[in-house]
Amino acid sequence: MTPRWQFWGAVILFFLVMGAALYFPSLRRQVDKAKNITEKTAAEARRELLPPAPLNSGDPRLKVKMFWGSHNQDGTLVPVVLELPLSPDPVLRAKQILNTLLAGPIDPEARTLPPDAALLAFYILPDGTGVADFSEGLATGIPSGIQSKQLAVDSITRTLQANVPQVQQLKILVHGQEVDTLAGHLDLTQTFQVSMKEAGSPTPSGVAIITAPLHKAIEKVKGATRK
Amino acid sequence: MGLALCLISCRFAHAAPQAPASTQDDRSLPPATQTPTPSTSSPTPQSPAFAHPQLPPSVGLNIVVLDPAHGGTDLGARGTEGIRESEVVLQFAEQAKRALEGQGFQVLLTRQSNDNPSFDDRSARVNAQRGAIFVSLHIASTGLSGTVRTYVMSDFAPAVEPAGLIPWDRAQAPFLTLSHKLGDLVQAEMSKRFRGSPPTAETAPIRQLRTTAAPAIAIEISSVVVPTRADLERMIPGVADALARGVAAFRPSYVVPGLPGSTAPGGQP
Repeated sequence: MTPRWQFWGAVILFFLVMGAALYFPSLRRQVDKAKNITEKTAAEARRELLPPAPLNSGDPRLKVKMFWGSHNQDGTLVPVVLELPLSPDPVLRAKQILNTLLAGPIDPEARTLPPDAALLAFYILPDGTGVADFSEGLATGIPSGIQSKQLAVDSITRTLQANVPQVQQLKILVHGQEVDTLAGHLDLTQTFQVSMKEAGSPTPSGVAIITAPLHKAIEKVKGATRK
Repeated sequence: MGLALCLISCRFAHAAPQAPASTQDDRSLPPATQTPTPSTSSPTPQSPAFAHPQLPPSVGLNIVVLDPAHGGTDLGARGTEGIRESEVVLQFAEQAKRALEGQGFQVLLTRQSNDNPSFDDRSARVNAQRGAIFVSLHIASTGLSGTVRTYVMSDFAPAVEPAGLIPWDRAQAPFLTLSHKLGDLVQAEMSKRFRGSPPTAETAPIRQLRTTAAPAIAIEISSVVVPTRADLERMIPGVADALARGVAAFRPSYVVPGLPGSTAPGGQP
């Protein structure tokens, strides 16, 4: 190859490298943007296919406060106000609220519960204990770590507290069973305080002793799950 | 079965505080002992893992039990460049051990290799000691990278049986006040070093802490999702040093019950 061809070869190579350096970052931004759009679209499609709650258009539309994660991932919850047709029945309303919480916010980063989790059943006992039975997706799909699990439980309890005052404490079951932990970290053998108002619970805190009626309710949920 | 063995053989070295005599669980820890416990008894069949050296007969906090979480087939959080929480917490524990030994503490580990003791086996490791605290080590898969959080067990009512026995599954209840103090001191050190970390400890109903009859905290670093593994590994010496400083600051607050100048588990003389 003559020096002249070497010179022109080097010039062409230089321009190719410069062009790639300018084009590839822009291409990467476009790909990331497309990925976000795809994720949002998938979440929206899911909500369309699986209505977040058995909403009855005849029910009065009420403002509800949902607690999802903050966008900056600092481990805090932020309230989001939505308007939904809600049943006056507290059990049905709790199901509607929790299904909406499970459906998640528009921003997938703010989600607190795994997309594969589903609410299988919900009961309220006479002492104000809500029993929420979730699918196994709650335990298997949640990100590992104490923070993410605490955030998940807090989002459920705070959302119930804001919208279903009849629920004063919460017992979480997974597929009809009482489980020891939520994926190895949080203790699920206890109940979680929902309302600040004491409801026959001897403890002033986040957890309470399991009571006899609760065991009966768990048996009831187990039976329903088997069916 | 493992739990039953633990209950039989673990010598519970802390005085049980007075509390309502009611419980719904018949599993209990033995009553308090008044002598140091250089125990050679094994709480579980895995005796080599739980044999510990002779302890010096000193008053006050002298032992730190570090608990690298997960292990075995439980890898914990998984992230960038094949990071596995169960492996990184072992490195973390080694660094923390050196930092704590530098402060004059004796350090025991609940695991030193890729095995996965049960929750109760891990608790038994500290419940068999006197003048000890328990620190569970975790790496999260979420949260702001480069931050650290310290957790303390949520409040729950203590339950003591008429004979003064503390139910195994509520063993942490008498130590909550001290655990909060320890957690706040450690987290204060973390927040000085790791910007964005909360200034005080947070509470969560952590299963591992519930059966621990000693001041107990869990430390969680965020996160396994970092640009490179080196970013996470660079944090570990700082976290270990902050932990050691926090524990050293806590030392005057905790005196083994039953000895001159002692305080109750709740921190009250």
